[in-house]
Amino acid sequence: MRHFSYKTQKQVMIVLFLLLPVTLLAAFGIYPAVQLVRLSFTSWNGYLPGKPWVGLDNYREVFQSPELFRIFGHNAVYLLWGIVQNAVGLAFAILLNARLRGRNLYRVILFLPFILNGTAVAFMFKYMYHSQVGSLNALLSTIGFGHVAVSWLGNPDLVNHALGFAGFWRNMGFNMVIYLAALQSIPSDILEAARIDGANRQQAFVRVTLPGIVKIVELNLFLTVIGALEAFELPFLLTGGGPLGASETFVTKTMSTAFKFSDFGLASAMSVILLLLVAAVLVMQRLLMRRWSH
Amino acid sequence: MNGRSNPVRSLITHGLLWLAAFMIFFPLYSIVLSAFKGKAEFAHSNIFEWPHSFLQWDNFEYVLHNGKLFHAFGNTIAITLMSLVGNLFVSTMAAYILGRFRFRGKITILGAFTAVSFIPSITTQVATFTIIQKLGLFNTLFAPVLLYIGTDIIQLYVYLQFIRTVPEELDESAMLEGASLFGIYRAIILPLLAPAIATMVIIKSINIYNDMYIPYLYMPSKELGVVSTSLMRFVADRTTEWQYMSAAVLLIMAPVIVGFLAAQRYVFAGIVAGAVK
Repeated sequence: MRHFSYKTQKQVMIVLFLLLPVTLLAAFGIYPAVQLVRLSFTSWNGYLPGKPWVGLDNYREVFQSPELFRIFGHNAVYLLWGIVQNAVGLAFAILLNARLRGRNLYRVILFLPFILNGTAVAFMFKYMYHSQVGSLNALLSTIGFGHVAVSWLGNPDLVNHALGFAGFWRNMGFNMVIYLAALQSIPSDILEAARIDGANRQQAFVRVTLPGIVKIVELNLFLTVIGALEAFELPFLLTGGGPLGASETFVTKTMSTAFKFSDFGLASAMSVILLLLVAAVLVMQRLLMRRWSH
Repeated sequence: MNGRSNPVRSLITHGLLWLAAFMIFFPLYSIVLSAFKGKAEFAHSNIFEWPHSFLQWDNFEYVLHNGKLFHAFGNTIAITLMSLVGNLFVSTMAAYILGRFRFRGKITILGAFTAVSFIPSITTQVATFTIIQKLGLFNTLFAPVLLYIGTDIIQLYVYLQFIRTVPEELDESAMLEGASLFGIYRAIILPLLAPAIATMVIIKSINIYNDMYIPYLYMPSKELGVVSTSLMRFVADRTTEWQYMSAAVLLIMAPVIVGFLAAQRYVFAGIVAGAVK
């Protein structure tokens, strides 16, 4: 290769080195998204060669189904736990940002659940939530709250909260680590200067620390909203959407529409709607960010 | 922050941290206890009662063989290794080109990587599925490998930042000595990227190890179970044998816990780099 001029080499390298990454991006990133939009206008059932064009029928079906709006209510429970997760994560980040004995050990412990295998975590919670053999009810009766012991995953009013809590348990450390990194990136001399100028601890926090991490708070909240919209793994593994559809989320419904009921057209329309929701959240976040930076 | 240590404040801080630690360890502690109990012992003992012995490994042996976990670890390791090697070259090659050369279409490529990262990958599987089938990779280990090999904007971003810190004069002096551009990638860029590669390899391994849906969708064959899908199948078959399930859950969690403790620094670096894109 060294016999060629650098200009030729450069052209060869660009094509050669980008061939695989860009092909993979096109095949598994761009093509499926485009295909999804195309399929959403058809009534394809997944195996027949024909993909009959049905126009906006699938979208009409989604928007006319009251069940789907009820399902967004289930996703809202995940959002609620996600917001709690952010608040708790930020609180612990602030605690761990101070000088503290055992700081690194606490950080390791609080972060630990995030790296555990999601399927293993899900089944661990299935066991913990079990109405008879589960350790949660056993703990409740040990501390004298035996009367509130219930079947956590069998109760339609509680099941989404039980799943949302499992998500909180697993992901809180992630938010904490991000917030901690943001807090540590605030130069300490600015904080010191504020204190010398007479600001007390609270004032320094509101005037210096908070503006310094507002972008990261926003980013974390953005990820939380997306995570709530895309909640899937826990209900898929633990309840299968039950009891009686009480823990169905938008994505579990989409996936069963596709792979269980072979209605790929309708499932694609649902996926496109989810994509548009994610895009809407992203645009909102960008607009907010622009306002903050002014 | 300031030198004065307030005993009440410190008590509250440690109290809250202990509460959080309790909340994290409680479910883990429960499965540790039941994983070491025999069938009869599990049925007749209180949940918080300690097992007769922590040296009783029967449950673990049972799930490794009957739950095919042993086999699953093999499949998981094979998939992870193939994906890591492929991903290492795909991502560093792309980062080298995007970081060092000016050419038409560069901004478009970076933009496409960014846009794709916002697409919920689970729902696009409907369309991805047909590609995997057409390639004849359905129900083979290569289906997840192919899906894991591709690079993403987070990896590119981390590598690009690193490449920016390598002075271009280094490339130029290598050129004066007659090195080819490929030689520069191999002898200068790759070695200097090593710390970033270590971080990305660890994050990618954790992600692959923890993934459930891609193996579930593309490898329904029982012989092709990875740790997640084998656990799913094992639990589906034996819904009431909690002592076995606990042992399986512990076995699956253990390697990642050990790895995390050993490579903390890289894990935290990778998590932070990935989020602040």
